[in-house]
Order: sequence, then structure tokens, then C-alpha cells
Amino acid sequence: MTKFVKYLKSLTLNEIRKGLMLTQKYFFKRKFTVRYPEEKTPKSPRFRGLHALRRYPNGEERCIACKLCEAVCPAAAITIDSDVREDGSRRTTKYEIDLFKCIYCGFCEESCPVDSIVETDIHEYHFESMGKNVMTKEQLLAIGDMYEEQIAKTKQQDAKYR
Amino acid sequence: MIEMLEFLILDNLVYILAIVLGVILTVAYLTYFERKVIAFMHVRMGPNRVGPRGLLQPFADVLKLLTKEIIFPKNANKFLFLIAPIITLATAFAAWAVVPFDDGWVLADINAGLVYVLAMTSLGVYGVIIAGWASNSKYALLGALRSAAQIVSYEIAMGFALVGVLVAAGTLNLSDIVRAQEGGIVNWYIWPLLPLFFIYYISGVAETNRAPFDVAEGESEIVAGFHVEYSGAAFALFFLGEYANMIIISALTAIMFLGGWYSPFTGDSWIAQPNIIWFLAKTSIFLYAYFWLRASLPRYRYDQIMRLGWKVFIPITIVWIMVVAVMKVYNVGPWWN
Repeated sequence: MTKFVKYLKSLTLNEIRKGLMLTQKYFFKRKFTVRYPEEKTPKSPRFRGLHALRRYPNGEERCIACKLCEAVCPAAAITIDSDVREDGSRRTTKYEIDLFKCIYCGFCEESCPVDSIVETDIHEYHFESMGKNVMTKEQLLAIGDMYEEQIAKTKQQDAKYR
Repeated sequence: MIEMLEFLILDNLVYILAIVLGVILTVAYLTYFERKVIAFMHVRMGPNRVGPRGLLQPFADVLKLLTKEIIFPKNANKFLFLIAPIITLATAFAAWAVVPFDDGWVLADINAGLVYVLAMTSLGVYGVIIAGWASNSKYALLGALRSAAQIVSYEIAMGFALVGVLVAAGTLNLSDIVRAQEGGIVNWYIWPLLPLFFIYYISGVAETNRAPFDVAEGESEIVAGFHVEYSGAAFALFFLGEYANMIIISALTAIMFLGGWYSPFTGDSWIAQPNIIWFLAKTSIFLYAYFWLRASLPRYRYDQIMRLGWKVFIPITIVWIMVVAVMKVYNVGPWWN
């Protein structure tokens, strides 16, 4: 008997009607899609993107070649050579980050005693030929110079939570 | 005499060209419509990059397909491999010859229109079988077998549903079937033939191998079924054939159950006038239903499809044909009096 009732119920297509009504309801809902290049989701000040080397306001580079970032880097992406500069201070002669090795963990930034190496919130970048994935010291400093304002702002926002 | 013949041939060529171009354009925008509808039901945007609101997307797709290489599988039968998509497309287009768009707007006003449509839509299965066989691939063969069994099974339920329409209208001419439904929404055959209407449409969905009856393609089981080895323009022909078949099923449902070009309203106002727009609107409803079903229902299991076709649809149609016959004999309702 129950089987017969079940059969009759299935003939009314009620279950299918319910399913169709559900999808129809979603048809009119507000869409979640972010139209990417035009619209962007907000980024946290802690966002870990492309790296940069910062300078002091007087133009002196911050990095003192302590090599803590090189030591802490879990992917061994950082390579540093250092030497004594003419004025007797210790500076890097080579500071390279292989972005293919880098896992963007942010340990380099955490370990830096002078806030020199930082990760900016730039995430839209690409390489057009082999070898371009290794960022040299000049490139990193240039990024730092270009985005100093932005970097200082996000570091300021995040400072009270550190 | 010769001049008249020439005139007739030229005239018909123009009509054929108009229908074919119209169908191809509709198919192009149907793919856009499908992607948009399904995306909206998934709470997404759908294509919106190519042209304003993504309206040029179909053309981008067509250009991509046409410029791609047609790959022949190793040991494939080249002749059969190429003839299969052509069969699918040709039968899908041939069926359009008897579809009345408006009163008198029909390429071939033949008296066996209904049988002709049934014949053409079921001939399409040869394209599928030959494609599956000629591909020399196990997935393609499995897909072709599934599709053949499914189409043959649902052909019967579909045929019986059409017998119901035939009994109701007393004619096989599609234009006459529409004319028999003149006079507002109550005179449409959807009311006395309600079960047949649902069965016809659902069988139509199964016949065109669309979701939820798309076991012939079954992406998750047999990759893409019978057209897994096809690429480029050959694949485009299959695609075109499938969508042309969808449109024709929707159009026929509108013609046979919803009164074709007639308005649902009665009276003398402009809204009650018969018009091709009514026909197109009714067809669009069923096309939308295709995508609605696809976005809502999961794919049937193969044995469930066979059970539905043989054990549910065929008995119901046979019973309802008798009910229709009795109603017709005793002049029931506003339909037969």
C-alpha cells in the first residue's frame, strides 16, 4: 500500500518541482562573483606578496647583512654575500631571492632585526623568460623605493598586533 | 512551366537559407543563454568578458572551434568518422522543414508532418552510433551504445505521446494541429493531454541526450561519450546538431501542446492576435526548461533511465491514449464539441 502511494506521489513530480523551485530561487540571488580586474577583494595588511628591500628616510639601505633571513628561510630561497664597504660598515654585495623556491611564509620579514626585507601586497607579477625569477638586490631595492609609502602604511596598520 | 519551376526552387532556397541561418544563429546564442542560466543558478556571473556582457562569446567559441585541427584517431575509419557529424547535423536541420512558424509560414506543408519529424529526429541516432563505432575508442563505443539504447527506448514513449496528439487533432499536418487549438489558453491540448505533454517533453530531453539523461556523454564516467575523439569543426557539427535538436523538440512541444502561434488570450485586442512571437516565446520557455533541468537534477543511472522509459512512460501513454479517445468520442470539454 505504501509502495503504491509512493508511486502515485512520484507521478505528481512534486520532488522535482521542489528542486526546480530551489534552483529558480538561486537564479535571482545576488551573485558572488568578483569581476577580477575591475573589482578586487580587500587585502589584509599582513598579505605576503612580492618581496622588497627598504631604505631609511635618508636613503641608506637598511640591510646589515646579518643573514638571519638566509638562515631562517625554509626553502633556501635567499642567497646573501657580504663585504665591508669603504666607510667600514657591513653591507650585502649580493642579495638574491629565487621566487620559484620562495613559499611566501614571511619568516624573512619576521626575522629581520632592521625591518629591511619585507613582503609587499603586490601579487600581480610574472616572469617572461628563464632566470627572471631570481630577484637581484637592485630589483628588490627598486621595488622598496617604489612602494615605500604603501609598505610603511601596512606595517603601521599591523604594528599594534605584533 | 520551366520558369515556374525555377521560381519555386529559388524561392525555396531562400526559405531554406533563412531557416538554416536562423537556426545556426539561435544555436550560437543558445549556448550563451545556457551558460548564463546555469551560471545564475550557481550564483555565478557566467560569460561576461567577450563583448558587452559577454554577448560575443558564441562567436569567439565558434572561431576557436573552426580554427582547431581535426584529429583522426589511429585506425579510425576516416569516411565514417567524417560522415557521422554530418548525419547528425543534416537530420537535425531536415526536421525544420515542416515546422510551422506562423499561419502559412512553413517550408513544406506536408500531411505527414508528424511522422516526418519523428523519422528525422530518430535518424539522428545513426550519427551517434557511427561516430562511436568509427572512433575506434572504447569510451566512444560505450557512449554510442548507451545513446542508441536510450534514444530507441524513448522513441517509443515519444511516438505514443504523439499518437495522443494525433487522436486529439485528427490530423498529422503540424499546421492543422495548431489550427485545431485555436481560441485561447483553454483550447490548447496541454489540458486534455497533460500527462502526454510531460512525457513528450521529458522523452524529448532524453532523446537529445541532455541532462539529466546525458549518460551518452557522462563526463564523469565515459569522458564525453560518443564524441570523445572529435575536435575542431567536426565537434562543432555535433554540437550544432545537438542544439538544433533541442530547439526542434521545444518548438514541437509548443506546436503540439501550447497552440503554436496562437495567443493565450481571447478577444479583439492586439494581445490576442496570433503571431510568430507567441510561437517563439513558447519555444523559449521549453529551451529555458532544458537548462533549468540541467542545473537542478543529477544524472540518472543507466538502469533508472531504462526503467523510466519502459515501465513508466509507455504504460502511462497507452492508458492516456485511450482516455483521449474516449474524451474525443464523447466530445468532452472545450476541445471537442
